[in-house]
Amino acid sequence: MIQTIRGQNLLSLDNVSREAIVEVLDTAESFVEVNRRSIKKVPALKGRVVASLFFEESTRTRLSFETAAKRLSADVLSLAVASSSVKKGESLRDTIATIDALGIDAVVMRHQSSGAALQVSRYVPHVHVINAGDGLHQHPTQGLLDAFTIRQVLAERMGASGVESGSELFHGLRILIVGDIRHSRVARSDIAAYVTLGAQVRVAAPGTLLPTDIENWPVTVVDSFDEALEWADVVGLLRLQRERGSGSFVPSLGEFTQTFGLTVERAKKLRPSAIIMHPGPMNRGVEIDSRVADLPEAVIERQVANGVPIRMAVLYLTVAGSKEEVVS
Amino acid sequence: MSSNDKPQTPRNDLAFSSKNQLLSHDDVARALKRMAHEIVERNHSAEKVSIIGLQTGGEPFATKLADILDEISGVKVPFGLLDVSFYRDDLSRNPVPRSAATTIDHDLTDRAVVLVDDVLFTGRTIRAALNALSDWGRPRSVQLAVMVDRGHRELPIRPDYVGKNLPTSLDEAITANLDGVWISKREPS
Repeated sequence: MIQTIRGQNLLSLDNVSREAIVEVLDTAESFVEVNRRSIKKVPALKGRVVASLFFEESTRTRLSFETAAKRLSADVLSLAVASSSVKKGESLRDTIATIDALGIDAVVMRHQSSGAALQVSRYVPHVHVINAGDGLHQHPTQGLLDAFTIRQVLAERMGASGVESGSELFHGLRILIVGDIRHSRVARSDIAAYVTLGAQVRVAAPGTLLPTDIENWPVTVVDSFDEALEWADVVGLLRLQRERGSGSFVPSLGEFTQTFGLTVERAKKLRPSAIIMHPGPMNRGVEIDSRVADLPEAVIERQVANGVPIRMAVLYLTVAGSKEEVVS
Repeated sequence: MSSNDKPQTPRNDLAFSSKNQLLSHDDVARALKRMAHEIVERNHSAEKVSIIGLQTGGEPFATKLADILDEISGVKVPFGLLDVSFYRDDLSRNPVPRSAATTIDHDLTDRAVVLVDDVLFTGRTIRAALNALSDWGRPRSVQLAVMVDRGHRELPIRPDYVGKNLPTSLDEAITANLDGVWISKREPS
């Protein structure tokens, strides 16, 4: 169990303690304030170099990581994989060695292979590696920002402070995750974060889109999606990942929408206060109806906005942090 | 934040003997009152003054100073809190400090900003605060008020308003809050 991510890598949320997660959420709260200033920049990582390596396409994650690094005054090396030597057949190991030779402090990496970030952390043990999504495995900053968004919304409703609440608002919170669990690294990171923070998590998906080892996960598979909707305080939808061939796991997109899409009819079954989440990019009309995505209970844009403070917190703690005891 | 300014000694190695109280609650209250009058005197009024407390040690003193200023000047003095964690120059040497909220909701351009902290030690917190302040505008002047000046400056920084000058040795620690000021000695471990 990792007790704090200070001075460490962030590869997965599976082995991160509740205290460590709360520390990231609390630190992110300070960065929310920085992002509201007219000058949205602090010198915490001045002179540090953060390399951003996206072997898989991404808009929001790459942009928010790079924005986060720049707001911390770090220099950002951004590798456009499509126009790099990777296309000439350079191995991952050689690509990393080349970038490392330029002198970097951290790598933010997305890769289509599960475990790629762990592998890179072994190639360059002196560099902080932050996983921005590896295959079907993990997407830790998404899990953190989803948890942060939930805490923020619940704290606001109660007129309380997120920092003072710690992980309290998660105790017994009922979270339903719907859709393509099998191919979703977001689901894996979300579940790890929510369960560690004390929430109850249920999942709803067609049998073909459940991972084969679901019985080992700390979640309950629901029999009836419609009943689970009435149960949930939070509904987290997932994107049907066409690029991973999800399409061949369901008879048709239309049938998926009929059975597991959050349609207007289904949304009516939700409790009035239920929070609707989606990590983006959305397939409007497939896993979520366009009108549902635009309801006030849908916090999808807020999830995107929270990406920057969460990633600032992760970069700040891993890169600026040392493993020693924190000073108060 | 005196604790952050401690030279590079791991915190858990410190064992302090019992504390000696140097200033009482009343002494602190009187000192704050005097400092408030000095602030008005120096700036000819409280009209342009902004009080900015440094997180977290400066907060109670800044709150109290702002209250006294409101009272004696009849002006509502703008008040804010500043966390300098992200501006420190010793992040690579010291563990990451736990950050606290910054709440400055007004433009500091042309204000006489009075920074308020509990203990002035190496001056590195104040350096970080001066850097941070420039993100909120260009103050007409920046002044420094501290409850205790314990010496051992590592930078050319001096306070404008001091509650109490306390020459200390490096193996001593100072605790200051509205209830009083204490000194304790580090025991050889």
